[in-house]
Amino acid sequence: MISYNLYTYLAVAGALLCFGLYGLMQHRSLIGMLISTELILNGAGLNFMAFNRFLAPDPAIGQVFALFIMGLAAAEAAIAVSLIFAVYRKYHTSDPERVNDLRG
Amino acid sequence: MAYGTLIEILFYLFLIMIAFGAWQAVTSQVLMRAVMGLAMAMFGVAGLYLYLNSPFLALMQILIYVGAVCIMIVFGIMVGYTPKELAAYAIEPRNTVVSLVASLLTLGVVYLGLYRAQWVPAPGAGQGDFSLSTLGLSLMNRYGLAFELISVVLLIAIIGVVAITWNGKRRGLNK
Repeated sequence: MISYNLYTYLAVAGALLCFGLYGLMQHRSLIGMLISTELILNGAGLNFMAFNRFLAPDPAIGQVFALFIMGLAAAEAAIAVSLIFAVYRKYHTSDPERVNDLRG
Repeated sequence: MAYGTLIEILFYLFLIMIAFGAWQAVTSQVLMRAVMGLAMAMFGVAGLYLYLNSPFLALMQILIYVGAVCIMIVFGIMVGYTPKELAAYAIEPRNTVVSLVASLLTLGVVYLGLYRAQWVPAPGAGQGDFSLSTLGLSLMNRYGLAFELISVVLLIAIIGVVAITWNGKRRGLNK
């Protein structure tokens, strides 16, 4: 029974982390990097739920954690999209390597 | 076909959805396809939440991630980029080899730790009441402060988004 095994879920979460890492490094646009970040956050939530289901005595804590991760991910995505707009308006590009000057 | 076999087949289907969607999300240089891959992977994770005894979290995953976050990213793509730039981003990705090596190394380290760890369930693990009413009660009682804090964080995020985008617009009007 692969679906009733802690290691399956942990392996899926680890794979999501590595997919996100790969995308974070090789995407050429800020939006692509944001997408990869969301994958990593999803893996973290899955991890919490798996530990909650198989190891923890309190059934609610993992669900609460996963819900909070979802809320924070939504806030983070909104902030990131608006920051990308601001960067785009100032630099007229969304390539992270061309956004490279600091000014007060 | 037995009921249990059907459940296992569905589980494999969710795993394939996650793998294919995540692969599409990180390798596709067409941003819209990457978002669709992300939505597919999130649907798969929602399916895994069903197997972890939490249908409420599966629904929230679909509602918040697929319904809100993905749509917002789609808006970001459609508003923030002109078609010419979208075409320009569809060139080959950069430093593929480096990122492939780094992510595979991370995968190896994570799986090595997973292989060598001993997970011992706490007494009474997996026996509790996973129902929605338990979750709601604990959100109101034990995790009430965290619940309020995340509401404040969301409010500040909304105000921050409005402030960031509005400020740039005003500067553009002054020119």
